[in-house]
Amino acid sequence: MSQTLTIKVDGASHALTLDDADMPLLYALRDELGMNNPRFGCGLGQCGACTVHLDGVAVRSCLTPISAVGGSAITTLAGIGTEAHPHPLQAAFVAEQAAFCGYCLNGWIMTAAALLRDKPRATEVEIRDGLSGLKCRCGAHMAMLRAVRRVAQA
Amino acid sequence: MNQTTPISLSRRGLLAAGGALVVGFAAPRCATAQAAAKLAARTPDRLSSWLAVQQNGDVIAYFGKIDVGQGVEVAIAQIVAEELDVDFARVRVVMGDTALTVNQGGASGSTGIELGAVPLRFAAAEARRTLLNMAAAAFGVPAANLIVTNGIIASGDRRVSYGDLIGGRDFDVALQWNSVLGNGLTARGVAQPKPPSQYRLVGQSIRRDDVARKVFAERVYVSDIRVPGMLHGRMIRPPVAGATVVSVDAASIAHLKGVQIVKNGGFLGVIAPKEWDAIRASQTLAVTWSDTKPPFPPFEHLHAHIRTAKIQGGKTEFNEGDAPAALARAAQVITADYEWPFQSHACMAPACAVADVRADGVTLWTGTQKPHYAQAGVAAILGRKPEDVHAIWTHGPGSYGRNDSGDAAIDAALLSKAAGAPVRVQGMRHEGHGWDPKGPASTHVGRAALDEGGHIVAMEFATRAFSRTDVDSNESNPQHSLAGQMMGLGFKPTPAFGVPEGAYKFPAKHLSWQSIVPLLDAASPMRTSHLRDPVGPQLIFAYESFIDELAHAAKADPVAFRLQHLPDERSRAVVRAAADTFGWQGRVAASQIASGNIMTGRGIAFAQRGRTLVAIIAQVAVHRDTGRIDTQRFVVAHECGLIINPDGLRRTIEGNIIHATSRSLHEEVKFDSSAVTSVDWLTYPILDVTEAPSTIDIVLIDRPDQPALGAGEASTRPVAAAIGNAIFDATGVRLRKAPFTSERVKVAISIPV
Repeated sequence: MSQTLTIKVDGASHALTLDDADMPLLYALRDELGMNNPRFGCGLGQCGACTVHLDGVAVRSCLTPISAVGGSAITTLAGIGTEAHPHPLQAAFVAEQAAFCGYCLNGWIMTAAALLRDKPRATEVEIRDGLSGLKCRCGAHMAMLRAVRRVAQA
Repeated sequence: MNQTTPISLSRRGLLAAGGALVVGFAAPRCATAQAAAKLAARTPDRLSSWLAVQQNGDVIAYFGKIDVGQGVEVAIAQIVAEELDVDFARVRVVMGDTALTVNQGGASGSTGIELGAVPLRFAAAEARRTLLNMAAAAFGVPAANLIVTNGIIASGDRRVSYGDLIGGRDFDVALQWNSVLGNGLTARGVAQPKPPSQYRLVGQSIRRDDVARKVFAERVYVSDIRVPGMLHGRMIRPPVAGATVVSVDAASIAHLKGVQIVKNGGFLGVIAPKEWDAIRASQTLAVTWSDTKPPFPPFEHLHAHIRTAKIQGGKTEFNEGDAPAALARAAQVITADYEWPFQSHACMAPACAVADVRADGVTLWTGTQKPHYAQAGVAAILGRKPEDVHAIWTHGPGSYGRNDSGDAAIDAALLSKAAGAPVRVQGMRHEGHGWDPKGPASTHVGRAALDEGGHIVAMEFATRAFSRTDVDSNESNPQHSLAGQMMGLGFKPTPAFGVPEGAYKFPAKHLSWQSIVPLLDAASPMRTSHLRDPVGPQLIFAYESFIDELAHAAKADPVAFRLQHLPDERSRAVVRAAADTFGWQGRVAASQIASGNIMTGRGIAFAQRGRTLVAIIAQVAVHRDTGRIDTQRFVVAHECGLIINPDGLRRTIEGNIIHATSRSLHEEVKFDSSAVTSVDWLTYPILDVTEAPSTIDIVLIDRPDQPALGAGEASTRPVAAAIGNAIFDATGVRLRKAPFTSERVKVAISIPV
């Protein structure tokens, strides 16, 4: 039962032909469009590695059926900034060297970007609460907090 | 081998691809076949196996270990640039590609700098000597009269660059190699490396470039590898550990396109052109499993099981004086019993691997931290020669030892062989938690003999635990892989544990361990292997908690008590540094317990790992109503000899503190009689960012007079004891069972002392 739909990712439109409209957005981005971010971490919405923005709202793409995306604008980590024109959080994460293996970074930066858009001057408690639930197994928490603080206090 | 030859085209192509693993997939078969052909040429006794200078003067260092995210390649580049007298930016480090690097053991035991950098330091010094001799011959002056600045050799106003001298050609220089592969490999030329007093790059906090690559979504992880014609695989594991496949009903997945079922004994997987179809097939396929008796004891009886199960092996590792006699005639004996749970690597993602098994060779992309051993394991399971297999280490989702990536490599190879096409296999979350090799659960008994004056005259510390190596710490032998075990190749656990290191001095001291037989003599989700600082957290939790109990029994301040029993000056220095930085005021622990809901305390723990020394002071708040522990502050004093990169070291320590705090407060593999039941982040919680400490203050003690020692894991091991000792100080209650979950703490502190 193939169907064709169009999704908008980082400003570009892509037509997809799928036989399961319930397939999570994550697999469309990774396997149909060949994107490396977002990432599969749990498939359960528990870790954040798959986070993208839908019309600016951070969502877990591993739990978002492709059929639910509609005409929403999807933004990925690659779409929020580049080395030449970095998002302030990307610049801050580099400045603070806030990564070990870095597999989780997608979730932390994308979630923090949505948080700071809503609360540009987020307090320490708001930052921690806003990032709560994201997983980082290597333990880069202290450096990542410094990076987010650097932007919130800029 | 004996003459200097121009770099071959194949080699040149490989060099171009070596730093960016995404490159080259347009024609991977061609490139990998050439790579395999070069394998035999790279032996540790040739300088060209370690270093190359390109025509533009850039330097490539071939490192036979890998970086798990701590930035070790920056330190390697610093060391190479230092010895060669080139700018740091000129050095690129190639890691973990079996066609390009010799087997230095992979990431292993925090030896990246302590052992892994040593041949590279010698090689760089030898390369510099060789280049100076070439320039001396060209200029007709003694080499001693030449000056090197960033790869330019000068004699008066004459100049020649390293690139001019050798660019693009191999060094034709033999090294003295000790004929050992793995961690113990040493190789050196005749050149003497620089004395530390001349260092200008070593000791500088040079930054990692890979952070930017990750932040800008450019880093390619093993799960991002895509090869033309690649299929997607998923494994299917038994619901009851030890069960084997009786039959599968292919009709149950007939609605999914192009799915193949691969079965070999108990090895069962599915392959599909689309990843989502492979996932659905793995979840839908109807499998009849053998009626196997569930093998595991009740979870709550785990430590009782350890105390009564059959012993598999053991050893007295340290015995000084006559501890049994002293205990027998002691005026007082203090005894305490400690328990540590099974723990999971629980990496950010379940392991992934891509294998392309062809008639002309095998290419493996793997996140394992020991790619040379994965090469051997994949060759063995396929019945191929190791040199037929080209293993390309590609960043994985974290690596803290023998996680699930070695098994994924072997699974991918078997699936690719069956499919006749490249196959990417990745686990699902429940497999990442449920089927990775586990850190061993353990029990520890400390006994101390006191004389009439209350002085400690003997210390006995005995461990009884699961072995640390039900499966080896690498995947080179398929008997130590899930696939091999499920195919019936056997199961060969090795008895192993260990005893606390450290310089505490008592008139008599006896340290021993015994390991019990595994829970299941077959492919098991509870099999053990190495997890960050293997057995260190267990041993030091118990040992340093017991030292604290002895201090309390002696009515001594915990810092003063440790100093009293630590004669070694380096050990005393880290304890003092931690105490001074914390602002430690001496008093007996648990002598200032608050009456309100929030009780605060501080605790110290000291540990040695190899020759690296760490003292940690934790300050915690304990919530009387909920049992919640807030780790407010850590102070870490750390001495690992000569420091290569202070900021990199600080971040490595921070990561260890967070990882170990998570393991101390939360982590415990749960299971029922059939299977692991802690299979995701809800059932296996780890430290949340809301629980991260407010501050981690790190004091680095630099010892340029000492060799550079390991730091990747050492600061992991004292964390649980520091927290437990702080909880005792806050509450007067001693927690002898980890992790210190809120439920466990709440119960413990509600019982009257």
